[in-house]
Amino acid sequence: MDLQIALLLGQDGIVNGAIYALLALALVLVFAVTRVIFIPQGEFVAYGALTLAAFEAGKTPGTLWLLLGAGVLVALIDTVIAVRGGNPGRIKRIVLWDLALPAAIAGLVLWLEPATLPLAAKVALSLAIVVPLGPMIYRLAYQPLAEASVLVLLIVSVAVHIALVGLGLLFFGAEGSRTTPFSEAQFNVGTLTVNGQTLWVLGASCVLIVALYLFFGRTLYGKALRATAINRVGARLMGISTTLAGKLSFTLAAGIGALSGILIAPITTVYYDTGFLIGLKGFVAAIIAGLVSYPLAAAGAILVGLLESFSSFWASAFKEVIVFTLIIPVLVWRSLTSHHVEEEE
Amino acid sequence: MRMKSLVAALLSAGVVTFAYADITVGVLVSATGPAASLGIPEKNTFALMPTTIAGEKVKYIVLDDASDTTTAVKNTRKLLTEDKVDVIMGSTITPNSLAMVDIAAEAETPMISMAASARIVDPVDAKRRWVFKTPQNDVQMSTAITEHMNNSGVKTVAFIGFSDAYGEGWWQEFSKIAEVRKMKVVASERFNRADTSVTGQILKIMSTNPDAILIAGSGTPAALPQKTLKEKGYKGKIYQTHGVANNDFLRVCGKDCEGTFLPAGPVLVAAQLPDSNPVKKSALEYIAKYEKAHGPGSVSTFGAHAWDAGLLLANAVPAALKKGKPGSKEFRAALRDALEGTKNLYAAHGVFNMTATDHLGLDQRSRVMVKIEGGKWVAQK
Repeated sequence: MDLQIALLLGQDGIVNGAIYALLALALVLVFAVTRVIFIPQGEFVAYGALTLAAFEAGKTPGTLWLLLGAGVLVALIDTVIAVRGGNPGRIKRIVLWDLALPAAIAGLVLWLEPATLPLAAKVALSLAIVVPLGPMIYRLAYQPLAEASVLVLLIVSVAVHIALVGLGLLFFGAEGSRTTPFSEAQFNVGTLTVNGQTLWVLGASCVLIVALYLFFGRTLYGKALRATAINRVGARLMGISTTLAGKLSFTLAAGIGALSGILIAPITTVYYDTGFLIGLKGFVAAIIAGLVSYPLAAAGAILVGLLESFSSFWASAFKEVIVFTLIIPVLVWRSLTSHHVEEEE
Repeated sequence: MRMKSLVAALLSAGVVTFAYADITVGVLVSATGPAASLGIPEKNTFALMPTTIAGEKVKYIVLDDASDTTTAVKNTRKLLTEDKVDVIMGSTITPNSLAMVDIAAEAETPMISMAASARIVDPVDAKRRWVFKTPQNDVQMSTAITEHMNNSGVKTVAFIGFSDAYGEGWWQEFSKIAEVRKMKVVASERFNRADTSVTGQILKIMSTNPDAILIAGSGTPAALPQKTLKEKGYKGKIYQTHGVANNDFLRVCGKDCEGTFLPAGPVLVAAQLPDSNPVKKSALEYIAKYEKAHGPGSVSTFGAHAWDAGLLLANAVPAALKKGKPGSKEFRAALRDALEGTKNLYAAHGVFNMTATDHLGLDQRSRVMVKIEGGKWVAQK
């Protein structure tokens, strides 16, 4: 191995690591706020990428119907609860968010013929379809169980993951897709060639991380999320709605997932089930951070990316083994250094 | 309520009696899970198969095994014990088919697999007596590749394959034959179907500077190493296996796949075959049927394996009917004998000539070398 190969591998590892970092941040966020280990995180990656690919192929993506269906379901449940609870004033909001918004997005998609639009508009439409699925999934699957134990929430996550993968196969078929790169530019740095898309991935990841930092540090909603993460009961006593915090964190997670998918779709072929493995690697990074620390999760993700890249050079048959075995020493180290607090039931 | 269940009981009793008069075909395909891209066209193909053979009604019971061996075993038992099928068709992939061999033999029911590995039918022993298969053996395909490499003067070759049974199977066949053919294998790497990057493996392969590279993957995942090779400026020959022979691969790989060679069943390039080729007519017939139902360009070689299984059955049933009624043990045994006696059956993937020691029955006419040119499959002479 000479320096050039090491540099190429390093570049590859950092680009993959940047995507894992985004997913790890989303996983940490969702776990901290709602105690949900969000296995379906990866599905948003696939949904985002494949929705964009469907637009490029001139098809109407199946996720649009999922959005409409989930919206109707959420609206039905919430309306029944609102009427029973003697609170019919809420119905207006429900109709606006769960019926009117998806219908407007659907109208836009069907009316605009996305295949003819510029890339940025396609990306925006894809995000508009996939991101609202986040809070809807929270409403349908997790909100009724918000106070359940971590284990129950994990089991629900597995169920949601399997349901979403199955729907992905139905919507997009078994074969993968690629999308056109954001930029075809190539830069030569010494002996190294850097693609425009690589810079997009790194740039977008950095921007997102900074944006999240500002969101949590400077805005009221961000602070509310942090407060819920630190102490749920305390946050409720201060008038912060845990339901709103849950929905908000799922919206962010869906947004980060879908955007990651859109970023990697030009670099690699994305399948209906690609998201799971990417999400798992993000999860390894999140574990390195003990599911609490954002900077550690990002650093862990870069480590996972680099480890993966170099092990694919040295021992390609054992690549996944090496990456996932990383969890064991990390867990040993964490359980030795941090003192464990039993979860109160 | 009681009335309803009585009616239901009567109805189901009726169905069972009718079913006994029909030929019941139990189909097991991997329509979901990792092998879905192979299983779905197979499933579609069964919908096109004849509903009567030699005057007898044929009932197809299609189940999905989710590309999972345990489910395949469970569903095979279900087909055999509950539906009392006369013949099993499936499964799509090798591990599932291997697991099903024991069960089919135990129930003395013939089975026609649509999976590639030679081990499913070879050697023909007490159990494999009951088992047949339609896809070409990997070894037939890899001799085609090594022959082509030899003829174009390749001296050193590198291998990159799936880190699963498919890649390993190819590695074993290919490394053996390459040695016989005096070619030096300079690198052997693995990648996963779901990998998002193969840069590491490709860099390692390129550092050994081989004349040619064989990528042993199936479906669109096999496009990733090829795209990375082009991106890193590899100039040598690139070979793929017949696992990529569907149009989705061309769509995903795009211009990076220009000039790639692969062996494939004749159905892939049926229209380009000379009229003297006996397979041309039967292959075109399948393509016309499939594309009529699913639109132009939708056909894949995998569905054709299922079609061939159907042809084998249709060819064997008339002889078996003379010896027993469908649903009986005699019929199943006679069907097995008739399948083994298949002679000169022109199918979509070649000409079947079964013997007591060869339960595949395909020869060189079952493969052609294909080159990707201008985003299309072009048959080589």
